Amino acid sequence: MSNPKVKKKSILEVKFIGDEDVLKHISEDAGIKVRKNKVLNTLDIKKLVKKSANSSEDEDPVTFEEQGYVSNLGTDVQGSLGNGCSTGGGDVFPFQTPKRTNKMAEIASELAHQPERNAVQGKLMKPENEVRSKSKGQEEKSRRKVCISNTPYRLRKRITGLNMCSDSESDYSASCSEEEEEESCSKSADSTFHEAMPARRQTTSAHPSKETPAKKQKQNIPSDLVEEYFEAHSSSKVLTSDRTLQKIEKKKLDQESLQNILNKLPVAFAAEREALTKQYETFFCKWMLQLHLGFNILLYGLGSKRDLLENFRISLLRDSVHIVVNGFFPNVNVKSILNSITEEVLDDKSTFRSSQDQLDMVMKRFKEDPSLELYLLIHNLDSQMLRGDKSQQILGQLSSLPNVYLIASIDHINAPLMWDQAKQSMYNWLWYETTTYSPYIEETSYENSLLIQRSGSLALSSLTHVLHSLTPNARGIFRLLGECQLENKDNPSWPGLSFQELYQHCREAFLVNSDLSLRAQLTEFRDHKLIRTKRNADGVEYLLIPVDMGTLAEFLQKDTEV
Amino acid sequence: MSTCSVSKGCFVFKPDSKKRKISSAAEYFSKGNNDAEDSGLRFDTCQSLWKEIKCETEQIQEDLNKKLFHNLLDFLRKSHLDFKQKKTEWASRMKSNEIPTAAVVLGVNVTDHDLTFKRLTEVFQNDVTPFVVSLKSKECPGIKNLLQKLMIQLMGCPVDMDSSDEEESSKISPNRIRYSVTSLTKWYRNVTKKADTETPCKKRIFSSKHCESPPVVVIFKNIESFSSKVLQDFITISSHCIREFPLVLIFGIATSPMIIHKLLPHSVSSLLCIELFQSLSCKEHLSKVIDKLLLTSQFPFKLSEKVLQVLINIFLYHDFSVQNFIKGFQLSLLEHFYSQPLSVLCCEIYKAKKRVDSLSHNQCENIRRLSSFRRFVESEVSNKQTILLTDDEGLKETVYALLQDLHTYHENYFPVLRCLHAFTSSLPKYPLGKQIRELYCACLEKKVWETEEYESAIQLVRMMATDELVDILEKCVEILKSSPAAHLGNSLEKIEEYLSQLKHPEEINEDQETSISSLKELQKKTDLYHLQKTLLEMKESRRLKKLTKFEMLRFEIVDFVDSLVKNYLVPVEMQTLHEVMYFSAANTLRERLNAPPRVALHNALNNPYFYLKNESLKSEAGSISNTAPDICIAYKLHLECGRLINLVDWLEAFSTVVKAADNTDSSVKDRIDDITHARFIRAVSELELLGFIKPTKQKTDHVARLTWGSC
Repeated sequence: MSNPKVKKKSILEVKFIGDEDVLKHISEDAGIKVRKNKVLNTLDIKKLVKKSANSSEDEDPVTFEEQGYVSNLGTDVQGSLGNGCSTGGGDVFPFQTPKRTNKMAEIASELAHQPERNAVQGKLMKPENEVRSKSKGQEEKSRRKVCISNTPYRLRKRITGLNMCSDSESDYSASCSEEEEEESCSKSADSTFHEAMPARRQTTSAHPSKETPAKKQKQNIPSDLVEEYFEAHSSSKVLTSDRTLQKIEKKKLDQESLQNILNKLPVAFAAEREALTKQYETFFCKWMLQLHLGFNILLYGLGSKRDLLENFRISLLRDSVHIVVNGFFPNVNVKSILNSITEEVLDDKSTFRSSQDQLDMVMKRFKEDPSLELYLLIHNLDSQMLRGDKSQQILGQLSSLPNVYLIASIDHINAPLMWDQAKQSMYNWLWYETTTYSPYIEETSYENSLLIQRSGSLALSSLTHVLHSLTPNARGIFRLLGECQLENKDNPSWPGLSFQELYQHCREAFLVNSDLSLRAQLTEFRDHKLIRTKRNADGVEYLLIPVDMGTLAEFLQKDTEV
Repeated sequence: MSTCSVSKGCFVFKPDSKKRKISSAAEYFSKGNNDAEDSGLRFDTCQSLWKEIKCETEQIQEDLNKKLFHNLLDFLRKSHLDFKQKKTEWASRMKSNEIPTAAVVLGVNVTDHDLTFKRLTEVFQNDVTPFVVSLKSKECPGIKNLLQKLMIQLMGCPVDMDSSDEEESSKISPNRIRYSVTSLTKWYRNVTKKADTETPCKKRIFSSKHCESPPVVVIFKNIESFSSKVLQDFITISSHCIREFPLVLIFGIATSPMIIHKLLPHSVSSLLCIELFQSLSCKEHLSKVIDKLLLTSQFPFKLSEKVLQVLINIFLYHDFSVQNFIKGFQLSLLEHFYSQPLSVLCCEIYKAKKRVDSLSHNQCENIRRLSSFRRFVESEVSNKQTILLTDDEGLKETVYALLQDLHTYHENYFPVLRCLHAFTSSLPKYPLGKQIRELYCACLEKKVWETEEYESAIQLVRMMATDELVDILEKCVEILKSSPAAHLGNSLEKIEEYLSQLKHPEEINEDQETSISSLKELQKKTDLYHLQKTLLEMKESRRLKKLTKFEMLRFEIVDFVDSLVKNYLVPVEMQTLHEVMYFSAANTLRERLNAPPRVALHNALNNPYFYLKNESLKSEAGSISNTAPDICIAYKLHLECGRLINLVDWLEAFSTVVKAADNTDSSVKDRIDDITHARFIRAVSELELLGFIKPTKQKTDHVARLTWGSC
């Protein structure tokens, strides 16, 4: 800095290369520094240059210390198994600029192109037939087209606005999504349109190649992150395309057919996964040893760990008392775990007023009798039902008993947030990374995924079973209600059938003679979860059958057949 | 029996009691080991060492808490003097409306408090009162639960009544009693009255140590997490009957005493008579633990620099919990004995002879494979080398000698380290660290005398004043005297000699005379030329000024310390057979205790090649091959999206990538077939399970992204 020559030189440099290069340069030189400070927005070039010159000196001790810390605590490279990832915190938790909406499509095509050589290498070389190349070409073209309409806008922006940070934000213009729309709707028009514009295509094909390096650089710049985060999250406007699954004429698969299809698929990387599992299986005895010495084992990492734990159970726990808990099972809770301990392990049929009482009793029994041993295997300790504070507290207390051995797995990225210091010390975890890449078959099978058609077969059978045990009058009432609901299926604002209306209908059909008897009937329905009641603002009670229309229609049809 | 079902989530497996076997940890220790050599002995050594260490740490804890407990006991005894004497003056009556309260500040590591409170309860029960109740915030969400807990614990207190003349009231099951303060006072009156009226032999109900009407102590663990309403209610209610029911409260505080006033309004806190107690800080506790466990030759097991650093970092940056530190120590002990077959030699020196003699051939080979041992062999003469490499008996003799050397090395190491710490701990800016653990890490890491920090520290020592030096040398004498090291040669005498020289310096100083004479010369009248000349001479002489006696002595002392350091603080890696005693797998330890689950996930999704060593997965950084597992592709694509993701776009992008991978049926290229669809569904629901996305109702067929940026 003191040397004016140097300063002048660097300013000269700034003039010649683009502003983003300067930013990139700075961010490389003084990565940490830049991340901390927010002057970037102002783009005061002199100041920045000064910073970059100075930063190497005055920030040195800080960076040194941080590095020391990272190398000690972060993850540095190590042996084959350990997470020898060189990813420190920075790689995993950065704030980066939000990307353009149709970036995904671009990346997809990029990915599709780039490793084609892999595929070619690996598999038989197939002559590319006409149809394929053509369809591919079309796809590319349509994507290019998006680029075309995009580029000038971006360029314009670049020229007018010097501010880098707002640039990426401005990509979220509504025009992008409109274009996407256009593209999807007018696919046929597109193909004809393309013959007319090969020339233009060529010019634009040069553009993206120029653009990409710049784009990449921009992504590297840790810009004014915090503000950007809030900007992106504050606007309620969502800039994605409006296409829906209905439009692409894709019927939803139901759980069963999905399972069938997936079962038929060949297992990817079976050999490699096998090798991984083998590697983890060598830990089994060590786990047992550590469990016996008062630690508890926690498995994490990508892929279902169910099979691994199952292997562990079969190979080592055959002759000891153990409980397997499927945390992903939707109805599992701490109460059921405690119940199975008291009722089946301890043979105690007494009832408890609260789970705390029950826990106290279990703890007392285990403390009194040190010969009692229990292994507790919990798949997905972080599941919806078990992640609550109370549940974790109870499980933690349970696991702190010296003769209860807990071995559990977690999958959710934020799972460790469940535990505070106190809970962690109760659990006394030893963490083991077991990345298996196995598909989460059991774990996701209970989930109501968006993409899966709920078949309703279960609901239907339960409906028929319950109704068969009812009186004909009761069935009639339910029928009435169901028919009313079917009539109004196209009316989304229909609140349900009010009690008075239902009563009227029922009287007319000679099903009930007083509103008391109707109420008694409804109570029975409600107990079986056949109906749901809602009160609106005026206090009027509305009744609804909480199954979807298809199932209801099917049910009513069946009922009339009988 | 399978463990998946659509109707239940808990499966109990209970084998026949005949078949059931209780397997011990020792069994698994030997079973899981590939190097089964001496595993039984290793496990026993490990366990006995751990027991010793545990005892030691408990002892430390107790010593540290002694003062605090003593003060608390005094407080307790004092607090209810008035109650016992049943004074009636107005002043004491006013005062006795207040509940005596001890606020104990224990530091932020809440998990360590449990041990302290447990000990405290024991101490109270032994010395003052049988009625000690400790309450956790989790058990007391409301005042009712609090009273219930209180009464259950009180009535279950070890007041050993004779079962013959038990009253009905004590037979009533705790669930029946109406929980109120009135019933509490009634109960208390009953208990104490009985104690008063019954025959002297029965008076042993409260053993002689307890005072006559013992106070009821209620400990609130971690007062911060109690709801303020419950506390307020409890205090207000119980203050009304404080004269019949001698209550003493103890608040465990993790943050600062201010919290009491935040939790309780003035009207309530004025009912308390609070006295503040402070426990030792956890940092001091840690230094004590390190001092007793590591900086001593008492335990043969040692931690290498990296491991120690990991443990200290977890302590300083994560939890401030000494318990966790000790847990980490235990784990490294276990890992060491489990993974290092030669750890069988990690024992006290008097046991070593026998163990060395009984080493098997395999173990001898293990020794020969040690890198430090190979280095040692290379430095030997050739015929000795052949003996060491071929003859097991000869090897054993040498090994024993080497172990003895290692032992002496440790015996010398720690006193010298402490001496050096005495020198460096008072320097400005602490170039070698303030705490001895920092110095220890520096010395373990490399040759400390080659570091810059050491250089500057020595420079600073060279500038010390006499009194400082005397202080430090006195400390050193103490350290050396208390150490068991007999091998430090004559260093103790030498230091004492220096000390006496420093204390009685001979006053003759010739330099002063010369300078005075030259000054006199200056005052004479001279011409300019001569003046200049004399001034130059003076300057010259000042530069070459002879050192004073003190300075010479100081230099000598510094050199002596320096030589001590160079002789005795050699890094352990230079010692032969150090692998036997030092645990160095810092990575394993960090993975077990401070694992980064999210980094692992990120890594597995981003770089599947790292785990699945398949050539087709190899790709440049940042991109991902299209043959990667489905979830990796879907993850990679979702990174490119903003807050919301359109499922259709996602599906299309996914199928583009996947189709490019399997160039099978090219006629269906543009259509998304069922298989791709199914694969996509699976990948998406897996990402949902992992917590990267969640369904949203903001827009049809969209999911919300839960992570931000490119992770």
